[in-house]
This record gives sequence, structure tokens and C-alpha cells, in this order.
Amino acid sequence: MPGTRHTDREYEAQLGELRERLLAMTARVVEMISASILALAARDEELARRTIERDHRVNRDELEADELCLQILARRQPMASDLRFITRALKMVTDLERIGDLAVNVCERALDLAELPPLKPYRDIPRMAELAQGMIRDAIEAFVSGDSERAAAVLARDDEVDRLYESVYLEILSIMRREEGVLESGIHVQSVAKYLERIADHATNLAEEVIYLLKGRDVRHQGKLDPGSSP
Amino acid sequence: MMPAQELAAGPARSAGRPVVPRLEVEPALVSPDQATCQVKIAAHRLSAWFGAQQVLRGVSLDMPRCQVTAIIGPSGCGKSTFIRCLNRMHELTPGARTEGVIALDDQVVNTRAVDPVLLRRRVGMVFQKPNPFPSMSIRENVLAGLRLTGSLRRGAGDELAERALRQAALWDEVKDRLDEPGLGLSGGQQQRLCIARALAVEPEVLLMDEPCSALDPIATARIEDLIHELRLRYTLVIVTHNMQQAARVSDRTAFFLLGELVELGPTERLFTSPSDPRTEDYITGKFG
Repeated sequence: MPGTRHTDREYEAQLGELRERLLAMTARVVEMISASILALAARDEELARRTIERDHRVNRDELEADELCLQILARRQPMASDLRFITRALKMVTDLERIGDLAVNVCERALDLAELPPLKPYRDIPRMAELAQGMIRDAIEAFVSGDSERAAAVLARDDEVDRLYESVYLEILSIMRREEGVLESGIHVQSVAKYLERIADHATNLAEEVIYLLKGRDVRHQGKLDPGSSP
Repeated sequence: MMPAQELAAGPARSAGRPVVPRLEVEPALVSPDQATCQVKIAAHRLSAWFGAQQVLRGVSLDMPRCQVTAIIGPSGCGKSTFIRCLNRMHELTPGARTEGVIALDDQVVNTRAVDPVLLRRRVGMVFQKPNPFPSMSIRENVLAGLRLTGSLRRGAGDELAERALRQAALWDEVKDRLDEPGLGLSGGQQQRLCIARALAVEPEVLLMDEPCSALDPIATARIEDLIHELRLRYTLVIVTHNMQQAARVSDRTAFFLLGELVELGPTERLFTSPSDPRTEDYITGKFG
């Protein structure tokens, strides 16, 4: 009896459509992160504005994916891996939409910084962006290939992004203490680092959602629950 | 001769409740967490045939007291045969036979030493299609089982009928028309009447074979609500094609396929993260 496809082809197509929407939305937000960092580093205001505009499409992706999940829940009453997929897809689109918003925030700071003298060459910030994008890509590729170990490997990489954020924060703090007239740009650069750190957190959520989806095992908040509660 | 019969010893019945022989082997039948989840009725290596065709293949399944065990699986998987074995209705079919052990309270019951009629008092059954006796009133339908077994005390009928109808959540709807024909009720009411009839003989286990498949969603909701009530007093085993119903009403779910028990688990786990890929395929609708 075991099969790989749903006997009801329309149901199979609906699940396939949701999967495609998630992949397309992921590709869009990853591109937005790249563009936002490029706009920041190149002081390219036009690119920053265009990237901000692209978030409208991501917002629409969220609404459409939510609606599709709702329709599948109402009409199909999914079970087992399908149920895990739909419930996790609802969370994943929220994370992806927030990532899009944070890329917009990076662009807004890029516009602010383009009008100020450069603070210093960017070193850790592009590295943070690269890591965060890699985490998102790996989480989603783990989803596509059904590789839960690849998703698990994403979780550990959040610590590296956190360390880089700490390093940027201390460096900016030191510059602002040391130099005159850099307060505004320092705050903007620190904000950018914080946005990227938050993007990596959402990428971690994506990886946790993929692990649950693939293995039925909830790995969220490990060691961070009050002792009386059960996961 | 069935192995179970070889295990059997002692008198078959006494003046009151049937006395069935003790099961002296197979300790695995008793759940390890017996203190909180005592096994009420169990099948051990149960196989069943219709003539030469084998429909159950060595099924072992414990059904704990005060819990609802749902049995799901595609048509022909043996789920109805399984529950019909539990109260020995399977053997009523010409050419049908079983092997293995059915134990009620650790006592083997599928042996010639046990009177199947008395067993069916302890292990009642509700069928797919409501089947009130057509010539009987609502009251007489409820009391029919007691009359058949000669255990209805004189003057106790009204009280017993009311109690069973209340337990079946039907009393308020029929209390003013107890002498009207049972067939005059709606389908959902007829099914609850059949549940009342099954409860009137005070069974310990209630088997339900697709009890809502002929009912509309409102009548189904009433029966499911009733199942939640009944599980506080009885051990319930429900066979259903409707997976959402199994998910709604049961504590544990068993998935049968081709006469075998593929997987048994807590309902909340089985419908979210089944262990066996065959269960996963069935409940997600991948039928190959």
C-alpha cells in the first residue's frame, strides 16, 4: 500500500503549491538581504529604495500562503506529516515575512547612512549577512531534501552570528566613545547589526520548524522552559 | 482445539456474573502501568478466518479500562472482525473460526467453558446501522436485552429504562413517548436508543462498529459527546472509517492493515507523528 503521492491529486497539488510558495518567498527574502547589504556597503540609495519596494510582494506571499494553509486545514483536515507541514508552514511564513521586514530596516538605515560620512569599512556586517542567508538557505534546503541533520546544523550557527553582533556592538561603542560626530552613524550601524542578528534568529526558527516537520520532534526552547512545564 | 481452551479451567458460570477461567500464562497481556491504566480486555495473537480466508493475523492488543480505543484501517483490514471476536460474534458466522486468546479482566473468554451469551452481556455492541426492534416501543427496546437474558426484575423496568436512556443522553428527548415505536425516532436518536439498549444490561465493555456512519453531523456530534461521557464508566472500543472521528473521541488508536495490527499509539501522537510509514501513508491519504 505505501505510496509517495496522495491519492487525491488535487490535495497533492495544493500541498505542492504551498511548498512552491514557501520556496519562492524564501528566495525573495534571501535576495532582499543581499541587496540590502549591497545598498549599505555601496551607499546605493536607489537599490535601497527598490529593495524596500520588494517587501510588498513578500507581504502578499504571507497573506496568500496563510490563506492556502487555512483552506487546506478547513477542506482537507490534514494528518501526520501533512498536518506538521501545514502548521509549520504557517509559522515559517511569519518568520520569512519578518526577515523581509528586517531587510527593509537594513535598507532604511542604509538610506540614513548614505547621507552621513562613512564610519568605517564594513567587515563583520557582510559576514553576518552571509551567515544569516546561509542559515535560511540551509534550513529551506533541508526542508526540500528532507535532511533533518542539515537543519540541525543550522541551529549551532546562530551562536556565531551572536558573537559577531557582540563584536560589532563593542567596536561601535568604542568608536563612539573615542570620536566626535559619529553618534548618529554609530547608532545606525549598530542597528543594522542588530537586524542581522534578528534575521539569524528567524533562520534558527525556520530550522527548528523544519526539524519538527521532518521528525515530529520539537526542539524549540531546549533548556529554556520553566521546570514545571513539559514540552 | 484453540490454545486458549487448553489454558481454560474451572467452572464456566455461577448464579450471577459469568465466571470465566483464569488466564495463567501470558503475563505480557497485563500492561506495565496497570495501576493507572489497567487492561480491561485484551487480544493476544488473535487470528481469524472466514472459511479458508484469513482476515486477522496474530493481533495482540490491550484495551485499557475507562479509555476509548479506536481502530482504523481500510476496508477489509479486519477491524470489524477484530471487535466481533472480542464478544465472540465472529463465531456466529458459518465457517468462521479464531485462534489465539481473548481475555476479559485477565480471564480467557474465547473458550467453550464460557457462555458467549453471558460474555455479550459484559461486552456489549453497537452496530453501524441503528437497529431498534421494529415491533417494540422505545421502553421495550431498551429493556429487550434484559428480558432476553431473563434478568429483568419485576417492577424495575421503568427505573432501568430511564437510567439507560439518561446514560445514552436520550431521556429528555423521549421521556414523554416511551410507549411509542422505537422506529419513530430520528436516525441519531435510534442509534442512541441502541446504545441505551446495550447499556441497560450493564456491560463493562462497549464495542462500537462504525456507530456514526449512517448519521448526520449533528447526530454524530451527539454520539461523540456521549462517547466522552461513557468513557468514564466503560471500556470503549470503536471501529471507524472516519479518521477525524477517531482523532476526536479516542485515547489510543490502532491502525490495522491486511489483518495485522501495524501500529498502536496515543491518539495525539498517531495522528501527528506516526511511527510506521504504512500508518503515515494511510492517514495522509497515500494509497499507492
